[in-house]
Amino acid sequence: MKLATKLRVAVLMGAVGLVETLCQTGAIARFTMIPPSEMASSLWRLLYAGKLQTDMTRTLLAVCAALTAAIVVGFVAGAVVHAIPRVRRTIDPLLSAYYSVPVFVFYPMFIVLFGLNDIPKIIIGFLYAVAAMTINTLNGLDRVAPVLLKTARVFRMGRAATGFRVVLPAAAPYLFTGVKLAVAYSFIGVVGSEFILSSGGLGYQIGFAYHNFDNRTMYALILFILGLVMIVNMSLHAWEKMLMARRGYQ
Amino acid sequence: MSDAHVALKGVTRVYQRAGQEPLEALGPIDLDLSAGEFFAVVGPSGCGKSTLLDVIAGLSQASAGTVSIEGKPVRGVVPESVGVVFQDDASFPWLTVEDNIAFGLNRQGMDAAETNRRVAQALALMGLNDFARAYPAQLSGGMRQRVCIARTLVLQPRLILLDEPFGALDQQTRLLMGDELLNLWRKTGATILLITHALDEAAMLSDRVGVMSARPGRFLEIVETGWPRGRDSTIVASPDFGRVTGRLWSLLRAESLKAMQYQTGAARP
Repeated sequence: MKLATKLRVAVLMGAVGLVETLCQTGAIARFTMIPPSEMASSLWRLLYAGKLQTDMTRTLLAVCAALTAAIVVGFVAGAVVHAIPRVRRTIDPLLSAYYSVPVFVFYPMFIVLFGLNDIPKIIIGFLYAVAAMTINTLNGLDRVAPVLLKTARVFRMGRAATGFRVVLPAAAPYLFTGVKLAVAYSFIGVVGSEFILSSGGLGYQIGFAYHNFDNRTMYALILFILGLVMIVNMSLHAWEKMLMARRGYQ
Repeated sequence: MSDAHVALKGVTRVYQRAGQEPLEALGPIDLDLSAGEFFAVVGPSGCGKSTLLDVIAGLSQASAGTVSIEGKPVRGVVPESVGVVFQDDASFPWLTVEDNIAFGLNRQGMDAAETNRRVAQALALMGLNDFARAYPAQLSGGMRQRVCIARTLVLQPRLILLDEPFGALDQQTRLLMGDELLNLWRKTGATILLITHALDEAAMLSDRVGVMSARPGRFLEIVETGWPRGRDSTIVASPDFGRVTGRLWSLLRAESLKAMQYQTGAARP
């Protein structure tokens, strides 16, 4: 294990240990927070009893739907905007200002339009994630070295071959960053929406437990979401490292 | 029709600019290159050397005049017999050295055995045997340029266009790479057109050197070096080498001053 990894694990373990001590000694009241060991045992019980399965499936399906739509639409939008400079000049300021828009304020409108089902939260997750994918697609395409495009012409490659064999691989690191951000944003959008107005999902269950002073369930679910997002992010990070290692970057 | 391998007749390149006067970048240029000749082009910065290479390669279309290679006109598409090596690193960072070299062969659908044979040959020729499985990011600038040259050579082009391929290298490495290039030229028998800003490089490598004027670039004179085909970098010590580079500089000095004045805005082309 590398020194940096050891330090990271030590910091994490230290923080968890500190919270555990503070909770166990009563420095943090149980009404405010339960010890991490109890969060873990409570989560285990919920998972073992199969109580999370329905909500977990519902949230993950919504995240997958939002993420897939964001990746596809964000990539296509980025490619189209990149190809038409006039559209680019019009869109650029809007894209820069996009994250100042609190997308959650549209949630009630989406419920009116689509009903109290999973569609509004998928749309919110999509709206959060799509800009990240579009912006990173634009960044990636901007950074394809002109000499590589010239090289493609020397090899007499057509538009499709140039796109698939040169442009996509050259832009891949930026596209991957877009995907990573889209994963995070679609999680935030979907789980956040479930808090506000939803009939199910992990966010809804956390909100429900909170309103009923059920700290054990609430913290168990928070721990579950943190663990899940961490595993997804670490997997993507490991994959990215592998891809970069193939390009000679360690 | 000319018997020359490459023939340019009255070639110009003019760039139209919105709201501004058109920019005359090149010409008119008349030039014939014989098969197997090593021809270098020198000229002041911004004189249109790279534009000339792009027009010959078919990467850019001439505004007027004709370009023909092996008797066939070149019109916006790179002919199959032409290989181009650019100044900037054009190796594909997501492919290993051997995959980079095999890229063009795979595009042509060449069978695996022949591809492997040619790649192995190119790796040996360019001294890259120990780096076949390395990625470009793990190599020095000079080695990456060798990968690009190898990727061009495996396609066995009859005309090789080199746009300042050693521009980013130090002087010693450039001399050594020049020797390698001369070896390759002799072995392949290809016609080579080298664009360079280095007078000594042009004088050392070429049979003839075309000296271009400041923009719009046209040939002021074509200087014959008179070197034997078996030459190498040791000729830089000969008195004749000084004579050739001296001649090149005497032709270029006034043009370089003119180009510098254009760039600083002290004069207009």
